[in-house]
Amino acid sequence: MKKRELFLHFILAIGGVVMLTPFIWMLSLSVKPENEIYNAQIKLFPQQWDWANYTEAFVDAHVGSFIINGAIVTLGILLFQYLSTIPAAYVLARKDFRLKGVLFSLVLGVLLIPPQVTAIPVYLLMGRLGLINTTWALILPFTTSAFGIFLFRQSFKAFPQDLIDAARVDGANEFYILWSLIVPLSLPTLAAFGIFSIVVHWNDLFWPLLVIYDWEKATPPLGITFFEGGDSGDNVGAMMAAATLIVAPLTIAFLIARRRFIQGITMTGIK
Amino acid sequence: MTLVAPGRARAGIRVKSRDRPPWLIQPLYLLPAFFLLLVFFVVPALTTIGISFTDWQLGSSSIDFIGLENYRELFTDEVYRKSLINTLKLDLFVVPVSFFLALGLALAINGLNRFQGFWQTVYFLPVTTTLVAMAQVWSWILHPQFGMVAQLFKLFGLTPINWLNDQSVVLYTIGFISIWQLVGYYTVLFIAGLLNVPKDLYEAALIDGARSPWDKFCHVTWPMLGPTSLFIFIITIIKSSQIFDTVKVLTQGGPNNASEILLYTLYSEGFEFFRTGLASAIATLFFAIMLLLTLYQMRVFEKYVHYR
Repeated sequence: MKKRELFLHFILAIGGVVMLTPFIWMLSLSVKPENEIYNAQIKLFPQQWDWANYTEAFVDAHVGSFIINGAIVTLGILLFQYLSTIPAAYVLARKDFRLKGVLFSLVLGVLLIPPQVTAIPVYLLMGRLGLINTTWALILPFTTSAFGIFLFRQSFKAFPQDLIDAARVDGANEFYILWSLIVPLSLPTLAAFGIFSIVVHWNDLFWPLLVIYDWEKATPPLGITFFEGGDSGDNVGAMMAAATLIVAPLTIAFLIARRRFIQGITMTGIK
Repeated sequence: MTLVAPGRARAGIRVKSRDRPPWLIQPLYLLPAFFLLLVFFVVPALTTIGISFTDWQLGSSSIDFIGLENYRELFTDEVYRKSLINTLKLDLFVVPVSFFLALGLALAINGLNRFQGFWQTVYFLPVTTTLVAMAQVWSWILHPQFGMVAQLFKLFGLTPINWLNDQSVVLYTIGFISIWQLVGYYTVLFIAGLLNVPKDLYEAALIDGARSPWDKFCHVTWPMLGPTSLFIFIITIIKSSQIFDTVKVLTQGGPNNASEILLYTLYSEGFEFFRTGLASAIATLFFAIMLLLTLYQMRVFEKYVHYR
């Protein structure tokens, strides 16, 4: 039994090396001076630590600006998604009305549409509204989420009716019941969706590529493509420093809240 | 009975009258979400299908209905055909490798007594990363002259391979990076499936003579995992057909269209050459394939998996 466990650890470690190599190599290159990067030897630590790559990533490559844009866009999207999906999910979960079946089928139908399919008409719409190359073009198309409605409806449906009745007896209105009773007690589901949404939009390249032209408004994935084509195209060290800074926020968050992350992201499996 | 019934009825009436919201509440709560769903999802998806039957080019004022001409071009033009075939080739490589690798990893991690969380973390780590950034790291690791892999090749006396510039290899390099990023995701899905296999089945199998791990796998794990595996199998097809970022930043479909794949063709036709009608036809075709896969997946899911 013991031998078998050791064998499994050994196999997993071989694969683990492949999984972790890019992270380790990224960190290693990000602190190496240029002459050591172009050295034909595999060395983990530099002979001479060069932190200038990080300064360069911030000053020349504007990584700080990309990260701030990324935070504004992802949190903006999430805020609007919560505001639009929570009330809709509440009514779909707890009320009876004539069009309920039709509306829920619509939600399920939208779940089937891959994001790339709507890109051309939504791009045209953004153009009509004069929003191309603005932060709004990055936020507006994602202000609601069929997946969010689906998920929250499921969660709100399971909410105990007794608690709602008790609150009504105490004179609570609909607004209070939803936002001060149901929402606080549904936090795990809301958090899981939040993680999913942030990971998707922080990492998305396709949509920002279409609607943003200037680095001033670029999110991290788009920003790093500008960097590659820009003045410092050959500077591998600074590129690795930029990659480290862009990957760091979500990776650190993942290491801190591993369970929540895995739950939030694998939930998309049911999408 | 007679004492209780009126009381219950009264309580029921009271709750019902208070339960009915002011007539405005329901539409007000539903309107923002459903307005946005229509404007940003339903209408655009239908518009894409509509444009796919025209010769429209972005910015042009003329637009003519040309029926299935765009679709005919998709299947006859050399580059588009290559794009379709490459997408298929990429799927045929990425899907089985991801699937069996993830199954193996899940069985290995699930078979451990300790450090399960540690290995899950290691393999899941790439899932949350920005693929564009990590693609840059991979391109440097795979650099034919200064890359780490090239150094290792030289160490063993092998000729280094130009992973991203060799027509016969580039598609598999793109596929490999995708497997690296997503195998942990599928592994976690498999582990969830394995946890649902009832433990007493293994004991029953042991009594029936299934002693080796292989016997247990064949007679208990695999049959019990069936629906979950089918479900994960379809997710791997969907995900690997959506590869885009690595091609955009590392190869731009090259060299010589060797890494030209469906979503990249959609992007370059629609937003670099502004052939909107044709790009819409690609999007519609992609939509149709994804729709069939997802509908099939949903059916499997509803039939077998009991979710609460």
